[in-house]
Order: sequence, then C-alpha cells, then structure tokens
Amino acid sequence: MAGGTQTTTDYIQHHLQNWVYGRHPDGTWGFAHSSQEAAEMGFWAIHVDSMAWSIGLGLVFCWLFRKAASKATAGVPGGFQNAIEYIVEFVGGTVKDSFHGHSKLVGPLALTVFVWVFLMNLMDLIPVDLIPYAAQKFGQYALGMDPHHVYFKIVPTTDVNIPAGMALGVFALMIFYGFKVKGPGYVKDFILHPFNHWAFIPVNLFMEVVGLLAKPFSLALRLFGNMFAGEMIFILIATMYSAGLILGIFGGFLQLGWAIFHILIITLQAFIFMVLTIVYLSMSHEDH
Amino acid sequence: MELVIIAAAIMLSSAAIGAALGMGLLGGKLIEGTARQPELAPMLQGKMFLLAGLIDAIPIIGVGISMYLIFVVAPGVGA
Repeated sequence: MAGGTQTTTDYIQHHLQNWVYGRHPDGTWGFAHSSQEAAEMGFWAIHVDSMAWSIGLGLVFCWLFRKAASKATAGVPGGFQNAIEYIVEFVGGTVKDSFHGHSKLVGPLALTVFVWVFLMNLMDLIPVDLIPYAAQKFGQYALGMDPHHVYFKIVPTTDVNIPAGMALGVFALMIFYGFKVKGPGYVKDFILHPFNHWAFIPVNLFMEVVGLLAKPFSLALRLFGNMFAGEMIFILIATMYSAGLILGIFGGFLQLGWAIFHILIITLQAFIFMVLTIVYLSMSHEDH
Repeated sequence: MELVIIAAAIMLSSAAIGAALGMGLLGGKLIEGTARQPELAPMLQGKMFLLAGLIDAIPIIGVGISMYLIFVVAPGVGA
C-alpha cells in the first residue's frame, strides 16, 4: 500500500476488499493481509465481515420480530407494533396474491427474505468510511495490526457470495418442492414441456434447463449488481471529499441525493427478491 | 489490452439504451393506465416498481460484468 498519499485507486480497492480468513498457499490458516493474498487463498477462504454482518442482521431480524410478537397486545398497539404488523400484513398480502399453492413455508420465508435483505441493504446508507475507519483504528490500537491491512466491508449484499448463497438456497427449495409436489413427474416438465413429443426431448431439455439456471443466476446478480453499483457510487463520491473544499461540499450534496434515491433501490431490491422467491416457489407448487 | 475498455463501454451503453427504452415505455403505460382508471393507481404503481426492478436486472448485470472486465481483466489499463 502506498505509504504517504493514498491514491484514489488504492482507496477504492481498499474499500472493495473483504476481511478474508483462509488457507494460505503454504498451508497455514490465517487472515489475508492484502487482496493478492486473499486471491491466492482461492476456494479455502471465508469473508468474515460479510458473514458476521449477515448473520448478525439475521439475528437482529429474529430478535426484533420476536420482541414484537411477545409483547403484542390486542389493545392499543404502540408504534413499534404497528410497524411490524404493517410489514407482516404487506408481505402476507403479496404472498396471497402471487403464491397459488398451499405451503406453510412460503409465508415465513417471504417475510424473512424481505426483512433480512432489506436490513443488509440498509447498511449501504451508512457513510462509506464510518465503520471501516473505526475498524481500522480498533485494529491498529487494540490488535496492533497495520492499519492499511484492516479490511472491513459492512454491506454483505455487495459481496457476491451472500446473494449467490441466498439464490442457491431458493434454487434448492425450488427443486425440492418441485419433486415433493409433483413427484417424479417434475422431470416431465423439463423433457416434454414446450414440445410434447418424445423426439423433441433434447431440444426441450436444453431450453428448460437454461431457463431453470437463469433464475438463480439473475436473482443473485440482480441484487448484487444493484448494491455493488450503489456502493461503488458512494465510494466514488467519498473520493471527492479529498479534492478541495468546493468539490467536497458538492460531494456532500451528491451523497445526500444518492442516499435518498438509494432508499428506494434498497426496498425495491428486497421486495423484488421476495416476490421472485414466491413466484419461483409457486411455479414449482403448481400441479396441472 | 485496451480493447477491453472499449468492450466494457459497448456493453454498458447498449444495456443502458435497452433499459432506458424499457423504463420509458413502462412509465408511459403506467400514466396511461392511471389516467384511464385512476382508482387502480396504487396497484399499477406496485406492479410498475416490480417491473422496473426486473428491467433493471439486465443492465445491472451488464454493469457488474463490465466492472469485472475493467478492474480484474485489465487492472493496469483500468486503474
């Protein structure tokens, strides 16, 4: 890392690097001190910050909703209970009108996906340098690490592994419920679907499998792409603060404007991830 | 190696054109539908936001892949 002045590319690359724990090429396990080291770890590496933030926010979601549920009163509900009720009713309504089967899993799953993805995306609104800088100071003074090697990304959904993991989870549920509801007949959907004749099986299979794989792929990359682009723009705006007073103030307004617009993107991406999860599960529940 | 940047630029611009057209049509149809039946406005708006997100998917994946091209395939040229 450049010692004295930090060039903008170093700044950007520093902010895009996760806190990775994994197996070094020489077999020892440890934290990666630079992006090259993290890249060399290859498969045997785990993004500790993304995992910590996503699991932590999942727990926040469970705790929040459990607190609301345990203190639910039939009398005059407080503001907190109103908010939770609104979310549950909103998600319930969406599930009712786009899920055409009966399953005990889809309702809670939709609520979890919606609120969890929303909470993870919400971290994007926190100013880019706030928590990573605090982590840098904590790493430097408490743990005596070199500040330039303290990497800390607080938005889990800007790490491609988290949306990909969730999309794979939805994909597994799709296949599981497809077989559970339709039994072995589920395979017929792929072999005989567009052209109902045995001679067309290879053509059908090719088209249906491509369609099937496109679902989790687009589901994951849509969430990742939106959040990564949003984070990248926040980082680029943050680099304006080091370019003199006028540009700094202009950067401040830009960040405010982009953050307000980003509130829409955050909720919209969480909503779309939920709706598509419901639609995909409802497609695998349909029984002709 | 510089061609990578041109490739990323073409990818971004064509995806953006497509998405812009899609969004424009979607917005126009929303206003048309709302004008025709104002009481359906909330439902139409809900559907519009859902479709706007879906239309957004392709260009954003294009943005993701072109950023990958710029920052990973040609780091020297891109930085």
